[in-house]
Amino acid sequence: MKEEIIIAGFGGQGVLSMGKILAYSGLMEEKEVTWMPSYGPEQRGGTANVTVILSDERISSPILNTYDTVVVLNQQSLDRFESKVKPGGVLIYDSYGIHNPPTRDDIRVYRIDATEATFELKNSKSYNMIVLGALLKIKPMVTLENVLRGLKKSLPERHWHLLPMNEKALQKGMSLVKD
Amino acid sequence: MKGNEALAVAAIRYGADAYFGYPITPQSEVLETLEALKPWETTGMVVLQAESEVAAVNMVYAGAACGKTVLTSTSSPGFSLMQEGMSYMAASEVPALMINVMRGGPGLGTIHPSQADYFQACKGGGHGDYHAIVLAPSSVQEMVDFVALGWDLAFKYRCVSMILADGVVGQMMEKVVLPEQRPRRTEEEIRKLCPWAVTGRKDMRPRNVITSLELDDDIMEANNHRFQATYREIEKNETRCELINTEDCDYLIVAFGSPARISMKAMEMAREQGYKVGLARPITLWPFPVNQIREAAKNVKGILCVELATGQMIEDVKLAIECSKPVEHFGRLGGNVPAPDEILNALHEKFLDK
Repeated sequence: MKEEIIIAGFGGQGVLSMGKILAYSGLMEEKEVTWMPSYGPEQRGGTANVTVILSDERISSPILNTYDTVVVLNQQSLDRFESKVKPGGVLIYDSYGIHNPPTRDDIRVYRIDATEATFELKNSKSYNMIVLGALLKIKPMVTLENVLRGLKKSLPERHWHLLPMNEKALQKGMSLVKD
Repeated sequence: MKGNEALAVAAIRYGADAYFGYPITPQSEVLETLEALKPWETTGMVVLQAESEVAAVNMVYAGAACGKTVLTSTSSPGFSLMQEGMSYMAASEVPALMINVMRGGPGLGTIHPSQADYFQACKGGGHGDYHAIVLAPSSVQEMVDFVALGWDLAFKYRCVSMILADGVVGQMMEKVVLPEQRPRRTEEEIRKLCPWAVTGRKDMRPRNVITSLELDDDIMEANNHRFQATYREIEKNETRCELINTEDCDYLIVAFGSPARISMKAMEMAREQGYKVGLARPITLWPFPVNQIREAAKNVKGILCVELATGQMIEDVKLAIECSKPVEHFGRLGGNVPAPDEILNALHEKFLDK
Protein backbone atom coordinates (compact mmCIF):
# COMPACT_ATOMS: atom_id res chain seq x y z
CA MET A 1 0.00 0.00 0.00
CA LYS A 2 1.26 3.44 -0.92
CA GLU A 3 -0.76 6.64 -1.08
CA GLU A 4 0.71 9.91 -2.36
CA ILE A 5 -1.42 12.93 -1.49
CA ILE A 6 -1.22 16.69 -1.79
CA ILE A 7 -3.55 19.06 0.05
CA ALA A 8 -3.55 22.67 -1.16
CA GLY A 9 -5.47 25.80 -0.30
CA PHE A 10 -5.22 29.16 1.44
CA GLY A 11 -3.13 29.67 4.57
CA GLY A 12 -5.56 29.52 7.49
CA GLN A 13 -7.79 26.81 6.03
CA GLY A 14 -6.01 24.22 8.13
CA VAL A 15 -4.23 22.59 5.21
CA LEU A 16 -1.02 21.83 7.10
CA SER A 17 -2.78 20.57 10.22
CA MET A 18 -5.09 18.37 8.15
CA GLY A 19 -2.00 16.82 6.58
CA LYS A 20 -0.46 16.43 10.00
CA ILE A 21 -3.50 14.61 11.39
CA LEU A 22 -3.51 12.34 8.33
CA ALA A 23 0.20 11.60 8.84
CA TYR A 24 -0.34 10.84 12.55
CA SER A 25 -3.26 8.57 11.62
CA GLY A 26 -0.95 6.66 9.29
CA LEU A 27 1.54 6.41 12.14
CA MET A 28 -1.17 4.80 14.29
CA GLU A 29 -1.50 2.12 11.60
CA GLU A 30 2.25 1.44 11.74
CA LYS A 31 2.75 2.89 8.28
CA GLU A 32 5.78 4.82 7.06
CA VAL A 33 4.82 8.47 6.70
CA THR A 34 6.26 11.73 5.43
CA TRP A 35 4.74 15.21 5.77
CA MET A 36 6.38 17.91 3.69
CA PRO A 37 4.94 21.42 3.89
CA SER A 38 5.45 24.40 1.68
CA TYR A 39 6.98 26.76 4.18
CA GLY A 40 7.86 30.41 4.32
CA PRO A 41 6.19 33.77 3.91
CA GLU A 42 3.58 32.39 1.51
CA GLN A 43 1.85 30.73 4.47
CA ARG A 44 0.65 34.02 5.83
CA GLY A 45 -2.54 34.70 3.91
CA GLY A 46 -1.23 33.20 0.69
CA THR A 47 -1.39 29.65 -0.58
CA ALA A 48 -0.22 26.68 1.45
CA ASN A 49 0.22 23.06 0.52
CA VAL A 50 1.43 19.87 2.10
CA THR A 51 2.52 16.55 0.62
CA VAL A 52 1.65 13.49 2.71
CA ILE A 53 2.82 9.98 1.82
CA LEU A 54 1.57 6.86 3.61
CA SER A 55 3.29 3.61 2.71
CA ASP A 56 3.97 0.09 3.91
CA GLU A 57 7.55 0.41 2.70
CA ARG A 58 10.41 2.88 3.06
CA ILE A 59 9.46 6.16 1.39
CA SER A 60 11.94 7.58 -1.10
CA SER A 61 11.17 11.15 -2.11
CA PRO A 62 9.10 13.42 0.15
CA ILE A 63 8.64 15.68 -2.90
CA LEU A 64 6.61 14.46 -5.89
CA ASN A 65 5.50 15.38 -9.41
CA THR A 66 2.22 13.53 -9.51
CA TYR A 67 -0.19 12.32 -6.86
CA ASP A 68 -2.71 9.53 -6.30
CA THR A 69 -4.99 12.00 -4.56
CA VAL A 70 -5.18 15.78 -4.84
CA VAL A 71 -7.30 17.84 -2.45
CA VAL A 72 -7.69 21.47 -3.52
CA LEU A 73 -9.51 24.13 -1.56
CA ASN A 74 -9.28 27.18 -3.80
CA GLN A 75 -9.16 28.10 -7.48
CA GLN A 76 -5.41 28.78 -7.57
CA SER A 77 -4.65 25.34 -6.16
CA LEU A 78 -7.08 23.68 -8.55
CA ASP A 79 -5.42 25.41 -11.50
CA ARG A 80 -1.99 24.39 -10.27
CA PHE A 81 -2.62 20.78 -9.28
CA GLU A 82 -5.37 19.40 -11.58
CA SER A 83 -2.73 18.32 -14.09
CA LYS A 84 -0.71 16.61 -11.32
CA VAL A 85 -3.27 13.90 -10.59
CA LYS A 86 -2.08 10.50 -11.83
CA PRO A 87 -4.37 9.07 -14.54
CA GLY A 88 -7.08 7.14 -12.69
CA GLY A 89 -6.37 9.14 -9.54
CA VAL A 90 -8.68 11.22 -7.41
CA LEU A 91 -9.28 14.97 -7.37
CA ILE A 92 -11.35 16.42 -4.53
CA TYR A 93 -12.30 20.09 -4.55
CA ASP A 94 -14.42 22.42 -2.51
CA SER A 95 -16.96 24.14 -4.72
CA TYR A 96 -16.84 27.39 -2.73
CA GLY A 97 -15.30 30.17 -4.82
CA ILE A 98 -14.59 27.90 -7.79
CA HIS A 99 -15.54 29.48 -11.12
CA ASN A 100 -13.51 27.17 -13.41
CA PRO A 101 -14.28 23.61 -12.33
CA PRO A 102 -11.95 20.73 -13.29
CA THR A 103 -12.19 19.37 -16.82
CA ARG A 104 -10.15 16.15 -16.90
CA ASP A 105 -12.08 12.97 -17.68
CA ASP A 106 -9.33 10.41 -16.98
CA ILE A 107 -9.54 10.91 -13.21
CA ARG A 108 -12.25 10.61 -10.56
CA VAL A 109 -13.44 14.10 -9.61
CA TYR A 110 -15.40 14.77 -6.40
CA ARG A 111 -17.02 18.10 -5.57
CA ILE A 112 -17.69 18.62 -1.89
CA ASP A 113 -19.46 21.60 -0.40
CA ALA A 114 -17.30 21.79 2.71
CA THR A 115 -17.41 25.55 3.22
CA GLU A 116 -21.20 25.48 3.16
CA ALA A 117 -21.17 22.63 5.65
CA THR A 118 -19.21 24.80 8.11
CA PHE A 119 -22.12 27.28 8.06
CA GLU A 120 -24.46 24.41 8.92
CA LEU A 121 -22.21 23.25 11.75
CA LYS A 122 -21.81 26.91 12.79
CA ASN A 123 -18.10 26.25 13.23
CA SER A 124 -15.66 27.49 10.61
CA LYS A 125 -12.71 26.02 12.50
CA SER A 126 -13.88 22.48 11.78
CA TYR A 127 -13.47 23.07 8.03
CA ASN A 128 -10.39 20.93 7.56
CA MET A 129 -11.93 18.03 9.48
CA ILE A 130 -14.94 18.13 7.16
CA VAL A 131 -12.61 17.94 4.18
CA LEU A 132 -10.64 15.12 5.82
CA GLY A 133 -13.90 13.22 6.45
CA ALA A 134 -14.79 13.50 2.77
CA LEU A 135 -11.30 12.38 1.74
CA LEU A 136 -11.52 9.30 3.96
CA LYS A 137 -14.96 8.40 2.66
CA ILE A 138 -13.61 8.48 -0.90
CA LYS A 139 -10.26 6.89 -0.05
CA PRO A 140 -10.43 4.96 3.22
CA MET A 141 -6.64 4.88 3.62
CA VAL A 142 -6.84 4.98 7.41
CA THR A 143 -9.65 4.03 9.78
CA LEU A 144 -11.75 6.67 11.52
CA GLU A 145 -10.65 5.22 14.84
CA ASN A 146 -7.01 5.85 13.99
CA VAL A 147 -7.79 9.35 12.73
CA LEU A 148 -9.24 10.12 16.15
CA ARG A 149 -6.14 8.69 17.79
CA GLY A 150 -3.97 10.73 15.38
CA LEU A 151 -5.99 13.83 16.19
CA LYS A 152 -5.52 13.29 19.91
CA LYS A 153 -1.77 12.91 19.38
CA SER A 154 -1.47 16.10 17.35
CA LEU A 155 -3.58 18.23 19.72
CA PRO A 156 -2.24 19.53 23.02
CA GLU A 157 -4.13 18.16 26.02
CA ARG A 158 -5.87 21.48 26.69
CA HIS A 159 -7.74 21.07 23.38
CA TRP A 160 -8.90 17.50 23.97
CA HIS A 161 -12.40 18.69 24.91
CA LEU A 162 -12.75 19.62 21.24
CA LEU A 163 -12.33 16.01 20.08
CA PRO A 164 -16.10 15.20 19.93
CA MET A 165 -16.71 18.32 17.81
CA ASN A 166 -13.96 17.21 15.42
CA GLU A 167 -15.45 13.74 15.19
CA LYS A 168 -18.79 15.31 14.31
CA ALA A 169 -17.09 17.34 11.57
CA LEU A 170 -15.40 14.21 10.18
CA GLN A 171 -18.80 12.46 10.06
CA LYS A 172 -20.35 15.49 8.40
CA GLY A 173 -17.59 15.43 5.76
CA MET A 174 -18.21 11.75 5.10
CA SER A 175 -21.90 12.44 4.57
CA LEU A 176 -21.12 15.09 1.94
CA VAL A 177 -19.73 12.58 -0.53
CA LYS A 178 -22.25 11.47 -3.12
CA ASP A 179 -21.37 8.81 -5.66
CA MET B 1 8.11 14.63 14.29
CA LYS B 2 9.68 17.48 12.35
CA GLY B 3 13.40 17.25 11.53
CA ASN B 4 14.23 20.36 13.54
CA GLU B 5 12.19 19.19 16.54
CA ALA B 6 13.97 15.84 16.32
CA LEU B 7 17.35 17.58 16.67
CA ALA B 8 16.19 19.31 19.84
CA VAL B 9 14.72 16.19 21.43
CA ALA B 10 17.77 14.10 20.49
CA ALA B 11 20.07 16.66 22.12
CA ILE B 12 18.13 16.51 25.40
CA ARG B 13 18.02 12.70 25.32
CA TYR B 14 21.77 12.44 24.74
CA GLY B 15 22.27 14.29 28.00
CA ALA B 16 23.44 17.59 26.53
CA ASP B 17 24.73 20.20 28.96
CA ALA B 18 23.93 23.27 26.90
CA TYR B 19 22.51 24.70 23.70
CA PHE B 20 23.50 28.19 22.59
CA GLY B 21 21.89 29.61 19.48
CA TYR B 22 20.34 32.46 17.61
CA PRO B 23 17.11 31.92 15.63
CA ILE B 24 17.15 31.78 11.84
CA THR B 25 14.79 30.11 9.36
CA PRO B 26 14.64 27.23 8.42
CA GLN B 27 15.85 25.85 11.76
CA SER B 28 14.27 28.14 14.37
CA GLU B 29 12.20 25.20 15.64
CA VAL B 30 15.33 23.77 17.28
CA LEU B 31 15.51 26.65 19.76
CA GLU B 32 11.71 26.91 19.94
CA THR B 33 11.34 23.21 20.77
CA LEU B 34 14.02 23.41 23.45
CA GLU B 35 12.32 26.45 24.98
CA ALA B 36 8.98 24.61 24.94
CA LEU B 37 10.37 21.41 26.49
CA LYS B 38 12.22 23.34 29.25
CA PRO B 39 15.01 20.75 29.79
CA TRP B 40 16.53 22.98 32.49
CA GLU B 41 13.69 21.80 34.73
CA THR B 42 14.36 18.10 34.08
CA THR B 43 17.93 17.25 33.03
CA GLY B 44 19.43 20.60 34.00
CA MET B 45 20.43 21.38 30.41
CA VAL B 46 21.03 25.07 29.70
CA VAL B 47 19.18 26.60 26.74
CA LEU B 48 20.29 30.09 25.89
CA GLN B 49 19.41 32.46 23.08
CA ALA B 50 22.59 34.42 22.50
CA GLU B 51 22.72 37.97 21.17
CA SER B 52 24.21 36.79 17.88
CA GLU B 53 25.70 33.77 16.13
CA VAL B 54 29.19 35.03 16.98
CA ALA B 55 28.30 35.01 20.66
CA ALA B 56 26.65 31.60 20.37
CA VAL B 57 29.65 29.89 18.79
CA ASN B 58 31.99 31.33 21.40
CA MET B 59 29.70 30.09 24.18
CA VAL B 60 29.91 26.66 22.54
CA TYR B 61 33.72 27.01 22.45
CA ALA B 62 33.77 27.83 26.16
CA GLY B 63 31.44 24.98 27.08
CA ALA B 64 33.46 22.53 25.00
CA ALA B 65 36.69 23.70 26.65
CA CYS B 66 35.17 22.61 29.97
CA GLY B 67 34.46 19.15 28.54
CA LYS B 68 30.74 19.83 28.46
CA THR B 69 28.40 18.36 25.85
CA VAL B 70 27.37 21.47 23.94
CA LEU B 71 25.81 22.35 20.62
CA THR B 72 24.48 25.11 18.47
CA SER B 73 22.32 25.17 15.38
CA THR B 74 21.95 27.76 12.67
CA SER B 75 21.38 28.22 8.97
CA SER B 76 23.75 29.35 6.22
CA PRO B 77 24.23 33.09 6.92
CA GLY B 78 24.50 32.32 10.64
CA PHE B 79 27.02 29.59 10.00
CA SER B 80 29.22 32.04 8.07
CA LEU B 81 29.34 34.18 11.20
CA MET B 82 30.48 31.13 13.19
CA GLN B 83 33.53 30.32 11.06
CA GLU B 84 36.04 32.02 13.37
CA GLY B 85 34.75 29.86 16.20
CA MET B 86 34.97 26.72 14.05
CA SER B 87 38.64 27.38 13.33
CA TYR B 88 39.44 28.21 16.98
CA MET B 89 37.69 25.09 18.25
CA ALA B 90 39.53 22.93 15.70
CA ALA B 91 42.84 24.47 16.75
CA SER B 92 41.99 23.99 20.43
CA GLU B 93 40.95 20.36 19.84
CA VAL B 94 37.65 20.64 21.68
CA PRO B 95 34.60 18.49 20.94
CA ALA B 96 31.40 20.25 19.90
CA LEU B 97 28.34 19.67 17.76
CA MET B 98 27.47 22.28 15.13
CA ILE B 99 24.29 22.07 13.07
CA ASN B 100 23.73 23.93 9.80
CA VAL B 101 20.29 23.55 8.20
CA MET B 102 21.22 25.09 4.87
CA ARG B 103 19.18 27.68 2.98
CA GLY B 104 19.58 29.36 -0.39
CA GLY B 105 22.52 31.73 -0.74
CA PRO B 106 24.85 33.46 -1.23
CA GLY B 107 24.24 36.41 1.03
CA LEU B 108 21.14 36.54 3.15
CA GLY B 109 19.57 34.61 0.27
CA THR B 110 16.27 32.79 0.65
CA ILE B 111 14.77 30.70 3.44
CA HIS B 112 14.31 27.61 1.27
CA PRO B 113 16.46 24.45 1.03
CA SER B 114 19.98 24.47 -0.37
CA GLN B 115 23.25 22.55 -0.18
CA ALA B 116 25.53 25.33 -1.31
CA ASP B 117 27.51 25.33 1.97
CA TYR B 118 29.23 22.04 1.09
CA PHE B 119 32.61 23.64 0.44
CA GLN B 120 32.33 25.77 3.57
CA ALA B 121 31.59 22.72 5.72
CA CYS B 122 33.92 20.19 4.14
CA LYS B 123 36.87 22.26 2.99
CA GLY B 124 37.31 24.41 6.08
CA GLY B 125 35.08 27.48 6.07
CA GLY B 126 37.31 29.10 8.65
CA HIS B 127 41.00 29.79 8.28
CA GLY B 128 43.83 27.32 8.70
CA ASP B 129 44.28 23.64 7.93
CA TYR B 130 41.42 21.99 9.78
CA HIS B 131 38.52 19.65 9.26
CA ALA B 132 35.26 19.00 11.01
CA ILE B 133 33.45 15.69 10.67
CA VAL B 134 30.43 16.43 8.46
CA LEU B 135 27.32 14.24 8.69
CA ALA B 136 24.53 14.58 6.09
CA PRO B 137 21.10 13.34 7.25
CA SER B 138 18.46 12.54 4.65
CA SER B 139 15.64 11.53 7.00
CA VAL B 140 14.20 12.71 10.29
CA GLN B 141 15.45 9.50 11.92
CA GLU B 142 18.98 10.44 10.88
CA MET B 143 18.47 13.89 12.41
CA VAL B 144 17.99 12.02 15.70
CA ASP B 145 20.75 9.45 15.19
CA PHE B 146 23.42 11.88 14.01
CA VAL B 147 23.15 14.02 17.13
CA ALA B 148 24.43 11.06 19.16
CA LEU B 149 26.88 9.96 16.46
CA GLY B 150 28.18 13.52 16.08
CA TRP B 151 28.93 13.88 19.79
CA ASP B 152 30.36 10.36 20.08
CA LEU B 153 32.82 11.09 17.26
CA ALA B 154 33.60 14.59 18.54
CA PHE B 155 34.57 13.27 21.98
CA LYS B 156 36.42 10.28 20.52
CA TYR B 157 38.65 12.41 18.28
CA ARG B 158 38.50 15.74 20.14
CA CYS B 159 37.19 17.51 17.07
CA VAL B 160 34.13 19.42 15.93
CA SER B 161 31.28 17.41 14.40
CA MET B 162 28.77 18.98 12.09
CA ILE B 163 25.32 18.02 10.97
CA LEU B 164 24.89 19.49 7.50
CA ALA B 165 21.17 19.27 6.74
CA ASP B 166 19.00 21.11 4.27
CA GLY B 167 15.67 22.87 4.76
CA VAL B 168 13.69 19.87 3.49
CA VAL B 169 15.01 17.53 6.18
CA GLY B 170 14.55 20.27 8.79
CA GLN B 171 10.96 21.03 7.87
CA MET B 172 9.51 17.64 7.02
CA MET B 173 7.84 15.27 9.48
CA GLU B 174 8.51 11.55 9.58
CA LYS B 175 8.25 8.66 11.95
CA VAL B 176 11.16 8.47 14.42
CA VAL B 177 12.37 6.12 17.10
CA LEU B 178 13.89 8.11 19.95
CA PRO B 179 16.73 6.85 22.13
CA GLU B 180 16.33 6.49 25.90
CA GLN B 181 17.05 9.53 28.04
CA ARG B 182 20.69 9.47 29.15
CA PRO B 183 21.79 11.33 32.27
CA ARG B 184 24.11 14.30 31.80
CA ARG B 185 27.74 13.45 32.56
CA THR B 186 28.77 14.11 36.14
CA GLU B 187 31.82 16.29 36.92
CA GLU B 188 33.76 13.10 37.77
CA GLU B 189 32.83 11.52 34.46
CA ILE B 190 33.91 14.62 32.58
CA ARG B 191 37.27 14.68 34.42
CA LYS B 192 37.80 11.05 33.47
CA LEU B 193 36.65 11.33 29.84
CA CYS B 194 38.27 14.72 29.18
CA PRO B 195 41.49 14.94 31.22
CA TRP B 196 42.48 17.87 28.99
CA ALA B 197 39.43 19.97 29.92
CA VAL B 198 39.43 23.01 32.18
CA THR B 199 37.51 21.62 35.12
CA GLY B 200 39.18 23.27 38.09
CA ARG B 201 42.33 21.91 39.77
CA LYS B 202 40.80 20.13 42.73
CA ASP B 203 43.62 17.60 43.03
CA MET B 204 46.33 20.13 42.11
CA ARG B 205 46.95 18.33 38.80
CA PRO B 206 49.08 20.15 36.22
CA ARG B 207 47.33 23.13 34.68
CA ASN B 208 45.20 22.56 31.55
CA VAL B 209 45.33 25.35 28.98
CA ILE B 210 42.83 25.58 26.11
CA THR B 211 44.04 28.02 23.49
CA SER B 212 44.40 28.29 19.74
CA LEU B 213 47.27 30.78 20.08
CA GLU B 214 50.81 29.48 19.77
CA LEU B 215 53.59 31.96 19.06
CA ASP B 216 56.31 29.34 18.57
CA ASP B 217 56.24 28.28 14.90
CA ASP B 218 57.80 24.89 15.56
CA ILE B 219 55.22 24.02 18.20
CA MET B 220 52.44 25.22 15.89
CA GLU B 221 53.86 23.06 13.11
CA ALA B 222 53.87 20.05 15.46
CA ASN B 223 50.28 20.89 16.43
CA ASN B 224 49.33 20.87 12.76
CA HIS B 225 50.96 17.49 12.27
CA ARG B 226 48.99 16.19 15.25
CA PHE B 227 45.71 17.55 13.82
CA GLN B 228 46.48 15.95 10.47
CA ALA B 229 47.26 12.60 12.09
CA THR B 230 43.84 12.72 13.75
CA TYR B 231 42.20 13.57 10.42
CA ARG B 232 43.93 10.60 8.72
CA GLU B 233 42.65 8.38 11.54
CA ILE B 234 39.10 9.72 11.05
CA GLU B 235 39.35 9.16 7.28
CA LYS B 236 40.44 5.57 7.93
CA ASN B 237 37.70 4.71 10.43
CA GLU B 238 34.69 6.91 9.97
CA THR B 239 33.60 7.17 6.33
CA ARG B 240 29.99 6.23 5.84
CA CYS B 241 27.95 5.82 2.67
CA GLU B 242 24.67 4.15 1.72
CA LEU B 243 24.65 2.23 -1.56
CA ILE B 244 21.37 1.24 -3.25
CA ASN B 245 21.15 -0.91 -6.39
CA THR B 246 24.83 -0.38 -7.15
CA GLU B 247 25.73 -4.05 -7.74
CA ASP B 248 24.41 -4.15 -11.29
CA CYS B 249 24.07 -0.49 -12.23
CA ASP B 250 25.12 1.07 -15.55
CA TYR B 251 24.61 4.60 -14.27
CA LEU B 252 25.16 5.97 -10.79
CA ILE B 253 23.53 8.93 -9.08
CA VAL B 254 25.52 10.46 -6.23
CA ALA B 255 23.53 12.71 -3.89
CA PHE B 256 23.31 13.49 -0.16
CA GLY B 257 20.59 14.88 2.10
CA SER B 258 17.10 15.38 0.67
CA PRO B 259 18.27 15.26 -2.99
CA ALA B 260 19.33 11.66 -2.26
CA ARG B 261 15.72 10.87 -1.32
CA ILE B 262 14.37 12.57 -4.46
CA SER B 263 17.04 10.82 -6.55
CA MET B 264 15.94 7.50 -5.06
CA LYS B 265 12.51 8.07 -6.58
CA ALA B 266 14.13 9.07 -9.91
CA MET B 267 16.16 5.86 -9.72
CA GLU B 268 12.97 3.82 -9.17
CA MET B 269 11.36 5.56 -12.17
CA ALA B 270 14.41 4.88 -14.36
CA ARG B 271 14.41 1.22 -13.31
CA GLU B 272 10.73 0.99 -14.29
CA GLN B 273 11.80 2.23 -17.73
CA GLY B 274 14.39 -0.55 -17.87
CA TYR B 275 17.55 1.42 -17.09
CA LYS B 276 19.94 0.06 -14.49
CA VAL B 277 20.49 3.06 -12.26
CA GLY B 278 22.02 2.96 -8.78
CA LEU B 279 22.40 5.48 -5.98
CA ALA B 280 25.34 6.29 -3.74
CA ARG B 281 24.48 8.49 -0.76
CA PRO B 282 27.48 9.87 1.14
CA ILE B 283 26.56 10.05 4.82
CA THR B 284 29.88 11.53 5.89
CA LEU B 285 30.75 14.38 3.54
CA TRP B 286 34.05 14.78 5.34
CA PRO B 287 35.63 12.29 5.40
CA PHE B 288 34.29 11.69 1.90
CA PRO B 289 33.51 8.00 1.21
CA VAL B 290 36.17 7.73 -1.50
CA ASN B 291 36.50 3.95 -1.51
CA GLN B 292 32.75 3.28 -1.48
CA ILE B 293 32.14 5.68 -4.40
CA ARG B 294 35.06 4.22 -6.34
CA GLU B 295 33.74 0.71 -5.77
CA ALA B 296 30.15 1.63 -6.73
CA ALA B 297 31.37 3.41 -9.88
CA LYS B 298 33.65 0.57 -11.01
CA ASN B 299 31.45 -0.71 -13.84
CA VAL B 300 29.26 2.30 -14.62
CA LYS B 301 29.14 4.26 -17.85
CA GLY B 302 28.39 7.58 -16.21
CA ILE B 303 27.75 9.37 -12.92
CA LEU B 304 25.19 12.09 -12.22
CA CYS B 305 25.80 14.27 -9.16
CA VAL B 306 22.59 15.81 -7.89
CA GLU B 307 23.06 18.77 -5.56
CA LEU B 308 21.12 21.83 -4.45
CA ALA B 309 24.19 23.75 -5.59
CA THR B 310 26.08 24.55 -8.77
CA GLY B 311 28.41 21.60 -8.30
CA GLN B 312 30.49 21.33 -5.14
CA MET B 313 30.37 17.67 -4.08
CA ILE B 314 30.98 16.77 -7.74
CA GLU B 315 34.64 17.73 -7.23
CA ASP B 316 35.04 15.08 -4.53
CA VAL B 317 33.30 12.51 -6.74
CA LYS B 318 35.68 13.28 -9.60
CA LEU B 319 38.65 13.03 -7.24
CA ALA B 320 37.35 9.75 -5.81
CA ILE B 321 37.21 8.09 -9.22
CA GLU B 322 40.23 10.05 -10.46
CA CYS B 323 38.13 11.36 -13.38
CA SER B 324 38.04 7.88 -14.91
CA LYS B 325 34.36 8.14 -15.94
CA PRO B 326 32.10 10.89 -17.27
CA VAL B 327 30.65 12.84 -14.33
CA GLU B 328 27.80 15.27 -14.89
CA HIS B 329 26.02 17.68 -12.58
CA PHE B 330 22.36 18.45 -12.07
CA GLY B 331 21.09 20.88 -9.50
CA ARG B 332 18.55 23.51 -8.60
CA LEU B 333 19.64 26.69 -6.89
CA GLY B 334 18.62 29.46 -4.59
CA GLY B 335 16.10 27.49 -2.51
CA ASN B 336 14.43 25.52 -5.31
CA VAL B 337 14.18 21.76 -4.99
CA PRO B 338 13.88 19.48 -8.02
CA ALA B 339 11.01 17.02 -8.38
CA PRO B 340 11.89 13.40 -9.19
CA ASP B 341 11.07 13.77 -12.91
CA GLU B 342 13.53 16.66 -13.27
CA ILE B 343 16.30 14.34 -12.09
CA LEU B 344 15.08 11.58 -14.39
CA ASN B 345 15.05 14.06 -17.30
CA ALA B 346 18.61 15.09 -16.45
CA LEU B 347 19.65 11.42 -16.49
CA HIS B 348 18.08 11.03 -19.93
CA GLU B 349 19.54 14.23 -21.29
CA LYS B 350 23.07 13.69 -20.03
CA PHE B 351 23.41 9.91 -20.39
CA LEU B 352 20.49 7.65 -21.29
CA ASP B 353 19.47 9.35 -24.55
CA LYS B 354 23.02 9.95 -25.76
